[in-house]
Amino acid sequence: MSDAFEPIIIGFTCNWCSYRAADLAGTARVKYPANIRLIRLMCSGRIDPTFVLKAFASGADGVLITGCHPGECHYIEQNYKALRRYLLLKRSLTQLGIEAGRVKLVWASAAEGVRLADEITKMVEQVKTLGPLNWPKWEGFFDDEIHSLVEIPEEVSA
Amino acid sequence: MSINGKPKFAMYWAASCGGCEIAVLNTHEKILDIDTNFEVVFWPIAMDAKYNDVKAMEDKSILLTLFNGGIRNTENEEVANLLRRKSQILVAFGSCASEGCIPGLANLSSLSDIFNASYQSASTVNPDNVAPKTSVSVPEGEIHIPAMFPALRPLDQVVSVDYYMPGCPPESHQISRVIDLVIKVISKEADLPPIGSVIGAGESTVCDECPRHRDVKTIKQFVRVQDIDKINADLCLLEQGIPCNGPASRSGCGALCPKSGAQCIGCYGPAEGVLDFGARMITALASVIESNEPSEIERILEGIPDPVGQFYRFNLANSLLRTGTAAWRNNASLKE
Repeated sequence: MSDAFEPIIIGFTCNWCSYRAADLAGTARVKYPANIRLIRLMCSGRIDPTFVLKAFASGADGVLITGCHPGECHYIEQNYKALRRYLLLKRSLTQLGIEAGRVKLVWASAAEGVRLADEITKMVEQVKTLGPLNWPKWEGFFDDEIHSLVEIPEEVSA
Repeated sequence: MSINGKPKFAMYWAASCGGCEIAVLNTHEKILDIDTNFEVVFWPIAMDAKYNDVKAMEDKSILLTLFNGGIRNTENEEVANLLRRKSQILVAFGSCASEGCIPGLANLSSLSDIFNASYQSASTVNPDNVAPKTSVSVPEGEIHIPAMFPALRPLDQVVSVDYYMPGCPPESHQISRVIDLVIKVISKEADLPPIGSVIGAGESTVCDECPRHRDVKTIKQFVRVQDIDKINADLCLLEQGIPCNGPASRSGCGALCPKSGAQCIGCYGPAEGVLDFGARMITALASVIESNEPSEIERILEGIPDPVGQFYRFNLANSLLRTGTAAWRNNASLKE
């Protein structure tokens, strides 16, 4: 049995373009890695940076944000909002020590099933290179791991 | 209940600066109400008391404990557990206890980096390389000092907390209101708010309290408040390019900073319903940037050189991620 690292990637898709691209990839039997878990939203502008942070905190190794091409948003310009949030979020994540390669923004129209599958494959490869993120679950983190690292006199820990 | 029939009151500081205690004293004559209605049994900054005195008390014998400061070392954790056992109502008092505050920013660094900065860096004169050890032998025996945890935790990540009182420090008029409420509760004139509530603050955002006029203006450049010649006295600071944390911050302070021409730094923590302060600020700032071009957006974002410091100044330790990777990754290296 191979114990190669298989990353978990959360992919946010928009209802009008990128989700349909993924759907097209499916009907056309275009293969992409099963590492990605797609979540459909109405628009990339719906993606609150909270979603991305929560994905990482809950064990995701990477997050792929997708939406309609610039100028083609079903809601006129919300994908631009997603772009600005993404760029600012990426800067914050880098500062927190999360590699920039773990989050990616991809535009895909409803006709670009093959391209989206290709981008997903590239993203999975990239995150595989980076390795697992392993964000702590925190519950019990300090009790088990940390208390074994620091020397605590019995009187204090009692 | 104590001998004189008054309910017991305690206040403790863990990893904090002491500003919360000053804020309590700043309630002026209201402090006499505390003395009239409570017996102060434990308050290290104001009176002499030993941990053993608290240990000797019966469980749940203290009615109200205001706990300020985060949990940075084993002593903080021990006293947090002790006061939780002895108190009926435990309040995470101030920003450090409720969300980590400035000490929480140390969660961006590894413990070894923190010790190096404190004891080895150029700013420290330490020719003998003195560094703290958790235990040391002296002729009288072995003595221990508290050990640092790799990250700072707000109080509710260590023990259960009944109420949160945000602010760095909480505004004195808000403290007075809370004292009045507790006194009313004691005399059965009022009921306590639901457990887990945020007390002594509003529910909305600082923007809601801010008298500055809002337009739909967007900006092409972020600037620091000290770099502007003249700040428009009536216009929203964000729309003048000053990164202001008002849109994500809880109301309750009366928008003191924006009123006096300084940006809100977010010391009252996230507003009701905001899960992650930084994420809300990223959304807010992304809305005012006037550009759809990636390269131009990047240029505008250069105006925010320290995004984590800007967005998580007060609540990194209580954000969804809680720390940067440096605080927990490779922490086996903490073991000497």
